[in-house]
Amino acid sequence: MDVRELLWWIVLLPLAGSLVCAFLHALSLRGQLQNAPASHAGAHDDHGQHHDHSQNRGLAGLAPWVACGAMAAAFALSVLGFLQLRDLEQAERALHSPTWRWLTLGDLRVDFGLLLDPLSSTMTLVITGVGFLIHVYSAGYMHADRGYAKFFAYLNLFVAAMLMLVLSTSLIGLFVGWEGVGLCSYLLIGFWYAKGWPAQAAQKAFITNRVGDAFFLAGSFLLFDAFGSLDLSVIAGGAALQAQDSLAAGGSGASSQLALAALCLFLGCCGKSAQLPLFTWLPDAMAGPTPVSALIHAATMVTSGLYLVTRLNPLFAASPWVMTTMACVGALTALIGASSALVQRDIKRVLAYSTVSQLGYMFLALGAGSFGSAIFHVVTHAFFKALLFLGAGSVIHGMHEEQDLYKMGGLRRAMPRTYVTFLAGAAALSGLPLLSGFFSKDEILARTFAVGGWYWLLWVIGIGAAAMTAFYSWRMVALTFFGTPRYDSQHVHAHESGALMTTPLMVLAFLSIVGGLLGLPEVFHVPHVLEGWLGEILRPGKQILAAQHGGDLPHLSHAGEWSLLLLSSAVALVFAHLGFHAFKSGPAAEEQARRRAPQLHTFLGNAWGIDAGYGRWIVGPIRLVAFVISVVIDAFAIDGLVNGSAALVREIARNSRRLATGRLASYALWIVAGATAISFVWMIA
Amino acid sequence: MTTHLLTWLTFLPLLGALLVLITPSQQVKAQRAIGLIASLVTAVLALRVWTLFDGSTASIQLRAQGAEPWFTLPSFVGQGVPIYFRLGVDGISLLMVTFTGILMPIVMLSTWGHVTARVKEFLVWMLVMETGMLGVFLAFDLVLFYVFWEVSLIPLYFLVGIWGGTNRLYATVKFFLYTLAGSLIMLVGVIALIWRLNTSDVVQLANQAMHLDSATQLWLFASFALAFAIKVPLFPFHTWLADAHTEAPTSGSVVLAGVLLKMGTYGLLRFGIGMFPHAALDAAPVFMALGAIGILYGALLAMAQNDLKRLVACSSVSHMGYVVLGLFALNAQGLGGGMLQMLNHGVSTGLLFLLVGMIYERRHTRQLDQFGGLASVMPWFAACLVLTVLSSAGLPGLNGFAGEYPILLGAFQANRWWGVLALTGVVFGAVYLLGSTRRVLFGAVTHSENRHLPDMSLRELTTVLPLVVLVFWIGLNPDRFLGPTQPSLELIMQRVERARASAAAAALPSPHAQTLGALTQELAR
Repeated sequence: MDVRELLWWIVLLPLAGSLVCAFLHALSLRGQLQNAPASHAGAHDDHGQHHDHSQNRGLAGLAPWVACGAMAAAFALSVLGFLQLRDLEQAERALHSPTWRWLTLGDLRVDFGLLLDPLSSTMTLVITGVGFLIHVYSAGYMHADRGYAKFFAYLNLFVAAMLMLVLSTSLIGLFVGWEGVGLCSYLLIGFWYAKGWPAQAAQKAFITNRVGDAFFLAGSFLLFDAFGSLDLSVIAGGAALQAQDSLAAGGSGASSQLALAALCLFLGCCGKSAQLPLFTWLPDAMAGPTPVSALIHAATMVTSGLYLVTRLNPLFAASPWVMTTMACVGALTALIGASSALVQRDIKRVLAYSTVSQLGYMFLALGAGSFGSAIFHVVTHAFFKALLFLGAGSVIHGMHEEQDLYKMGGLRRAMPRTYVTFLAGAAALSGLPLLSGFFSKDEILARTFAVGGWYWLLWVIGIGAAAMTAFYSWRMVALTFFGTPRYDSQHVHAHESGALMTTPLMVLAFLSIVGGLLGLPEVFHVPHVLEGWLGEILRPGKQILAAQHGGDLPHLSHAGEWSLLLLSSAVALVFAHLGFHAFKSGPAAEEQARRRAPQLHTFLGNAWGIDAGYGRWIVGPIRLVAFVISVVIDAFAIDGLVNGSAALVREIARNSRRLATGRLASYALWIVAGATAISFVWMIA
Repeated sequence: MTTHLLTWLTFLPLLGALLVLITPSQQVKAQRAIGLIASLVTAVLALRVWTLFDGSTASIQLRAQGAEPWFTLPSFVGQGVPIYFRLGVDGISLLMVTFTGILMPIVMLSTWGHVTARVKEFLVWMLVMETGMLGVFLAFDLVLFYVFWEVSLIPLYFLVGIWGGTNRLYATVKFFLYTLAGSLIMLVGVIALIWRLNTSDVVQLANQAMHLDSATQLWLFASFALAFAIKVPLFPFHTWLADAHTEAPTSGSVVLAGVLLKMGTYGLLRFGIGMFPHAALDAAPVFMALGAIGILYGALLAMAQNDLKRLVACSSVSHMGYVVLGLFALNAQGLGGGMLQMLNHGVSTGLLFLLVGMIYERRHTRQLDQFGGLASVMPWFAACLVLTVLSSAGLPGLNGFAGEYPILLGAFQANRWWGVLALTGVVFGAVYLLGSTRRVLFGAVTHSENRHLPDMSLRELTTVLPLVVLVFWIGLNPDRFLGPTQPSLELIMQRVERARASAAAAALPSPHAQTLGALTQELAR
């Protein structure tokens, strides 16, 4: 079977699933409106109140079957594609789908087409694989929600958009997916819109992303200007050629226009991948249902930026200052995220800041020129962070919608499966030796270290953030599962979730543990699977970087690599231990710390006050400007001129009316005056 | 049939108006039915034009010309100029002609909900207006164009003046005088141009006017452009629009936003850029600047509104700014994007006004703070509104993006800074659109009046359905809509390029400049 013909189906299957689910939702709507009068609808939508709508759901009950079926089929196709790709020669690993002309205007020709190559195949496998597991989990998690079918419609639509993003051959097709996932994120964050604040969080996410997207568009204009095409392979190839020419002539790589384009695209990534300065939407995005946080705000959508940069790696590699910017932003974001996660009380917010921080690591990797490590961390992070979010969801579910760590405790007995799998996730996140997160994060830090120069400082930041990561991970584990229960056990009967929810947890736990096998360090003397698989795609960027460094990529000696491995193992173990022991019997230690340094605690709790700063210094002034424009400039000045000129005409008319007196003598006088004036003009002319 | 297709298309609504007029006043249902059927038949004819149109040529198609002159325009300078009844369609008018045809039955159907008093008159004026609008797009005689231009103005005067809101007289007089002032100046330009070139045939005028010297071109261009800029409305001539929209009945707003504003951008394209390319090149920086400022200004204005309809009106200023920005980028992307955006704005803003009208009919208020949580009460309405808002905000895959992207790309190539300024509209557009959507749809239902609002009726769903289809269709396959317009736009581009080349040659200080200019002109040809 030729996968080329089937490629579109990878995208279309989830899309079709989404349409069917939407249809099912529309059908169930009629039943709901009949059963529950509209007057109750608002109040009932609140997820906090447990109204089981699963009884009178009717056809909507089919939705998870449809959605999971579509996902399973898409995953099967992805695997098929992967297998076919693997059988090809390394240089020929690219399967193109039939294309479809979207727009032709002068030189602007935009085709929609899909490309399966090692990079998009890796992403596709993660998206459909992890996506499938999260769909299954959602079938259990959202069971009691009245928007059951709608939820799956959105979820499937998201997957379709995400696949479009990673498979598209053109920047426009990618942007369709890019904003498409943003839309689904918006819809899903605001899923429980009746509560109010989720709708606000959704709006914030969309608009913050829009800021990034405006930069994305500007970048695409610059690239079209430079290459006359929006095809990703043309852009990557053109950038590589230009960089080679420039390097051969002693230049640094890219023209300033290309560097600017790269910077604009990176700023676009800052929106989608929650980097400084645009990360503030992600913690708020936790207002959405937890499976959404797992799928969109941890495993897939937020990694789009990483995908984009890796896809266009020659463009970025050729612009050293953009690379440095990226590395600095990444390191700083890693630090802000990790330090903010230290003090969060809401379990989902811990994970949200943790995600911000981990994404920061990935951008640090990109900036250090190690595109493969970034994708490696994308993959492992997708496993363990999805696991942690789903585990948190299971806890929240079992605790009757409680998200406050201070009100949990001792859950390991009540929820054994969730507990064990959560441990695996926390261990992987904190980088305990031999787990997936250990290898991918260590690789990033080692590559950053190897670049040398100013990057050492970034490496120090990275190690610091790694220490914090280990600390907050085990603080979270201890507060949730250890100590004595701090909830009201009279009313809350913590219970383990059903098999629909725990099975995906176990699969993800397994992947989180063994995922490191994809990229074992060089000192283990085994091939780096992922790096080899992505080889052809990363080669142009590597060549440019090597040329910039005088022919060779920065490299660590084996001794150096071993010592870094040992150092990061030690850091992870020590801080995991500290975090665990400080909190294993409750949050008392934190209370002490808060009393000792209340300002620091607030500072970290509010993510360094950045969000509040935006509110005060950007959003506020813009609103003021809008108000001033509306009231003063528009209504008073511009419209005043318009009405004023009308009034002027009226006044002139009123005055000149006196001329029409009706007396013949005065008319005769005016005629004579006029004739005289005209003859004067004639004489002069 | 095809020889008189355009004549039928233009006057069929008028015929419908006559039929409505002779129907007894009490039989409101019959009047409504006749109005709807007349507009439906017109729509069929418009679609027939769409299918018959040959998209591979820039020439005028389906021409209809009277054998005898209509009348003779007297002239001081020479003999009188015979004015003919000339109709035709080309790539520049095709989209708007078809869209006007499709939109009117929707408008007719929407009136059933909100027009209850003096129904007969309302329908008559609506149909007369349709004839006027179709005439504007189909006329290929300059005088005829002007006549239709004024004809389309008068019905709106009555539609807003009689069926409008509380402050309707102020709004009516304002927009009428404002647009009339522009039109009269255009009339001077029309007569001057016809006297100068001794013909009123638009095709001949376009071929000859481009050879006028640049000073003459600039004066004539200015006299036309002012009227068009007011109609668009281009910042800073926009203040009549918000008042007119706020007071107009829903159907009036839909037509105003959907078609009437496009008469301005259509005029700028055919009579501004197409006839006076030299002047258009000279004026382009001004128009690009005003377009880009309008995008941002309209968006900020919309952010500060509490009246939903006024908000949509302000968003129109912003979105029409995109059209002008694209047209005056004077490159293939800008022109094409501008052309598509004219259609897009009609679709999206038409939808927005329809939807706002629906909740106004239910609650008799449009203040944002009177709503909240409607998504729980009216899920179908919520779905339609969110879709419309996304289309208006330019979400890729929907229609808005297919127009905005080429416009911004074209503008960016023509003038980077105005392009960047316009890009901010991408963000602010999302701010006011999503912000108001949230305040209407999301959160808890805070006003008890809103708890029992009925969801969209079948009739209301029918009115939005064709436009929703267009939202997706244009978004996914813009080439289908832009393809037939390309030859005509290329013709305009050629004129602009020739003007650009001769301007460049004239700027050379050498004595050979003239020969060089002629040479480049030849080359450009």
